[in-house]
Amino acid sequence: MEEAVISTSTPAVELAGITKRFPGVVANRDIALAVEQGHVHAIVGENGAGKSTLMKILYGMQRPDEGEIRVNGAAVAFRSPSDAISAGIGMVHQHFMLADNLTVLENVVLGSEPRKGGIAIDFGAARKKIKQISDTYSLGVDPDALVEDLGVGARQRVEILKVLYRGARILILDEPTAVLVPHEVDELFGNLRELVREGLTIIFISHKLDEVLSVADAITVIRRGTTVASVDPKAVTARQLAELMVGSELPSPETRESTVTDVVALSVRNLSVHSPDERCIVDGVTFDIRKGEVLGIAGVEGNGQAELVEAIMGMRPAEGEIRLGEEDISAWSTLRRREAGVGYIPEDRHRHGLLLEAPLWENRILGHQTRRPNVKGPWIDRAGARADTRRIVEQYDVRTPGIDVDAAALSGGNQQKLIVGREMSGDPVFLIASHPTRGVDVGAQAAIWDHLRAARAAGLAVLLISADLDELIGLSDTLKVILRGRIVADVDPQNVTPEQLGSAMTGAGEAA
Amino acid sequence: MKSAESSFADRLLGRVRLTGLLSLAAPLLAIVFAGLITSVVLLVSGDPPLETLGVMADYGTQPRSIVLMLNYATTYYLSAVAVAIGFRMNLFNIGVDGQYRLAALVAAAVGGAVTLPAPLHIALILLVAMLVGAGWASIAGLLKVKRGVSEVISTIMLNAIATALGAWLLNKERLAVEVAGSNNIGTKPIPESGRVAGMAIIPGTEAKVFGLIILAVVVGVGYHVLLSRTRFGFDLRATGRSESAAVASGVNVKKMVVTAMILSGAAAGLIGMPQLLGSSYSYSLDFPTGLGFTGIAIALLGRNHPVGIAFGALLWAFLDTSSSILQLHEISPEIVAIMQGTIVLSVIIAYELVHRYQITAEQRRVSKELAGGTPPRVEGASA
Ligand SMILES: Nc1ncnc2c1ncn2[C@@H]1O[C@H](COP(=O)(O)OP(=O)(O)OP(=O)(O)O)[C@@H](O)[C@H]1O
Ligand SMILES: [Mg+2]
Repeated sequence: MEEAVISTSTPAVELAGITKRFPGVVANRDIALAVEQGHVHAIVGENGAGKSTLMKILYGMQRPDEGEIRVNGAAVAFRSPSDAISAGIGMVHQHFMLADNLTVLENVVLGSEPRKGGIAIDFGAARKKIKQISDTYSLGVDPDALVEDLGVGARQRVEILKVLYRGARILILDEPTAVLVPHEVDELFGNLRELVREGLTIIFISHKLDEVLSVADAITVIRRGTTVASVDPKAVTARQLAELMVGSELPSPETRESTVTDVVALSVRNLSVHSPDERCIVDGVTFDIRKGEVLGIAGVEGNGQAELVEAIMGMRPAEGEIRLGEEDISAWSTLRRREAGVGYIPEDRHRHGLLLEAPLWENRILGHQTRRPNVKGPWIDRAGARADTRRIVEQYDVRTPGIDVDAAALSGGNQQKLIVGREMSGDPVFLIASHPTRGVDVGAQAAIWDHLRAARAAGLAVLLISADLDELIGLSDTLKVILRGRIVADVDPQNVTPEQLGSAMTGAGEAA
Repeated sequence: MKSAESSFADRLLGRVRLTGLLSLAAPLLAIVFAGLITSVVLLVSGDPPLETLGVMADYGTQPRSIVLMLNYATTYYLSAVAVAIGFRMNLFNIGVDGQYRLAALVAAAVGGAVTLPAPLHIALILLVAMLVGAGWASIAGLLKVKRGVSEVISTIMLNAIATALGAWLLNKERLAVEVAGSNNIGTKPIPESGRVAGMAIIPGTEAKVFGLIILAVVVGVGYHVLLSRTRFGFDLRATGRSESAAVASGVNVKKMVVTAMILSGAAAGLIGMPQLLGSSYSYSLDFPTGLGFTGIAIALLGRNHPVGIAFGALLWAFLDTSSSILQLHEISPEIVAIMQGTIVLSVIIAYELVHRYQITAEQRRVSKELAGGTPPRVEGASA
C-alpha cells in the first residue's frame, strides 16, 4: 500500500496469512490486511466471501487455523472476545444485542461492571462516563432512555457507545447500515468521522458501495475468502468496485412497464395494533394491493412496519379487516393464511425465517409444512423436499457445500437467498417482502429483484418494506409512507427522489 | 447475534447429530470413561475393580439375569421415551413419575373391576392408563399455555399431588382391598383375561420376559416415525429449535405444548403396564416408584434417540440387575448408582468431545484436499 510509505506509524491492525476452515468450506484463505491508525477501513465482498468470519477472528469469537494478528504492532492470540476487548478492539454486530426492557445505562454497564470495590455498581459514575463519551463523539445518547423506545439509529449509537465504554480504540461494524435509512446513515457516518478525528480506527463491512466510497479512507476487497485488492476510494467508482468483487455490473432496481391489474389481491382496512400497554403501534392502516402490483412502504424502522407485517401474517392480534381476494382472513390462523398463498420474507431471518440448527432441506419445509412437495398427507416427503431444496439452491445461487449442512453454516446473504427462494416457491398470490435483499451482495440483489419482477409480471401482489430507498422507488408501483404507525403520505415512485422520500419519512413532508 | 455454532444444550439434547462412525465413538468413549471413574471409586473403597466388574458381568449374563434385565429395560424404555417426547420440544416433563403412578393405580382398579374378553380387557386397561397419564400431564400443559407456569415447577408439584392422591385412593374405603396373605393393601387383582402372559424366549431359564416388551418396541417405532417422518413431528421439533420461527411458519405453539404434554403423559401412562399386567396384577403399596426419574437419566443417555434410548435402558437395567450379586461379595451395591451417575455425565462429556473432534477433523480434511490439489466442494464463494 502506498500510504504505508508516507505514514510512519504502525498499522492499528495487521492480519497476515489468516486461514479459517469450516466443514466443506474455506472461509478465509491467506488473508492479508493492514488497517491504518485513524482510518475508516471498509471491507467489501460478495455473500459468503468470508468478511464476517474474518471480523469474528479479529474479535476473538473464532480462532484462525493459521495466520497472525498484530494489534498496534504487537502479535496477539485472542481466545475470546474479552481478550479482544482488553486489547482495545470492539465489535458491533449486525443484529443488536441490547435488552429492550432496560435503560441505556443498564445496557451499557451490563457485563462490564467495575470489578473492584465490592458488590454495588456505581451507576452515578457510569452515567457520568456515558454522558462524557456521548458528548465527546456527539452521539446524543441519553443514559436514562429505555432501549425499547429508541429507533434503530439510536440503538446503533448505543451499541457503539457500549463498545467505547469498554475502552475500544478499534471498532468493527458488521453491516451497520443495512438497517438504516439514508438520513440515519448520514448521521452514523458523521459519528464515525467524529470518532476517527479522535484517533480511533474503524473497520466496517457493507454491501452498499456508494456509502463505502463516501466514507472510507481505504477499501479492501475480499473474494472467495481471500483479499484480492486494496483500493483507494478516491480512485475507483462503485461500478469498478462491484467488478472487483463479483465481476459483474451494478444492478438497477428499475421496473419498467407496469403489470398492475384491476383485481385486488389483498385489501387491508383500518388495521390497528396495540402494544400490551395499550399504545397504538399501527393506527388505522388502510390499503389495497392488486395483482401484479408492488406496494412499497417507506419509513424509518420502528414506525410500525414490523407490527403491520406480523398482523397481516396473523402472528399478532389486531383490529380491522384483512381480505385476501374475496375472503376475509382477519380471523384466520397463520397457517391458514400461508396455505391460502401468503408468502413471507421476514425482516429478522434468524428469529422468524430459519431453524439455524437444522439442515437446509428441513428449512425448505418450514412455513410450508402442509404443502407439496414437502409433505404427502400427514407424512414428510423427504425426497420431494430435498429435490426442491436443490432446485432453490441452484436457482437462487445459494452458496453451500450441500443441502445437508445446517442453515447456521451459511453466510448471512446466503441464508437470505434461501429464504427468498423458499417463499417464492409454491406460487404465492401475495408476498410480504420485508427487506428482501438485506445483507445480500450486489449480484444477488439483482437476481432477487429479477425474481420479484418475474413473479409480479405473473400476477403476484407484493407488500415491500425496505430501508433501501432505491429498492423501494425502483420496485414499487405504489409507495406509501408510514410514520408512527400511520400512513401519512402517498408518493409517486416515478417522480420522487430518495432525498424527497427520506424527508417524507421523518415527517418533514407531513404538512404537504 | 446468535452464534453460528450449535449450542451446548443442542448437542446435549441430541438436536445436533454426529455423523457416521463418530456416532458410535461417543457412547463407547463414555463407557470407557465411566469404567475408569468407577474403577477409581472401587479402588478407593478397597475393592478390586476388574474382579468386581467381572463378577457383575458374569452374573449379569446368566439367562435368568437377562430376563430380569429385559424386564427392567422395558419399563425404563417407556419411561425414557415419555421424557424424550417433551425434551424434543424443550419441555421438561419432570412429572412422568407422578403420571405413571397415578395411571397404573387407576388402570389397575379399572382392570380389577371388570371382566371382559382377553384382548378387550387388556386394551381397556392400557387405554385407561394412557388417558390418566395424558390427563394428568395435560394439567401442566394447560397451566403453561394459559397461565405461563413453567412445566418444571408444575410437574414437580403434580408429582407431590399424585403421591397424596394415590395414598388417598389406595384405601380400603375406596380402591384398595387387603392383599391375601400379607398386611399389604392393593387394588383388586386383575383377572386372567386382563393379564399378558410372559414369554420364555431366553434359553436356559424358565423365567419369562414381559409380554408387553412388544409394547415398548411399538412405542419406540411410533416415537421415531412420529418425530422424524410426520408433519406433526416436524412442527414439534421446529418448536423445540426455535419457537419464534415455528410461530412464523404457522405452528400453533400453544396447541403444540398441550399436545406434546398429552403425548408424553400418555406414554408415561404405559410405564407401569408391563409390571402390572405381566407380574403383579394389582397396584399395591410396593409398586415400583421413581421410574420417571430414571427415565430422565436414560433419555439423556440415549440423547432422545429411539435406538439410543434402547441401549441406555438396557445398560441401566444390566447394572441394576447385576448389582444384586455385589452384596454376596460384600461390595456395596451403591457402587452401581455411582456407575449410573457417572455414565450419564460421561455421555455428556464424551459427546461434547466427539463433536469438537468432528469439527477439527472436517477442517483437516478440507485442508488436506486443498493441499492435494483437489478443490473442496465449495471454496469460500465459488462462482
Ligand atoms: N459456523 C460455520 N460453520 C460452517 N461454515 C461456516 C460457518 N460460518 C461461516 N461459514 C462459511 O464460511 C464462508 C464465509 O462466511 P461469512 O459469514 O464470513 O461470509 P460473509 O462474507 O460475511 O458473507 P455475507 O455478506 O453473506 O454476510 C461461507 O461459505 C459460510 O458458509
Ligand atoms: Mg456476513
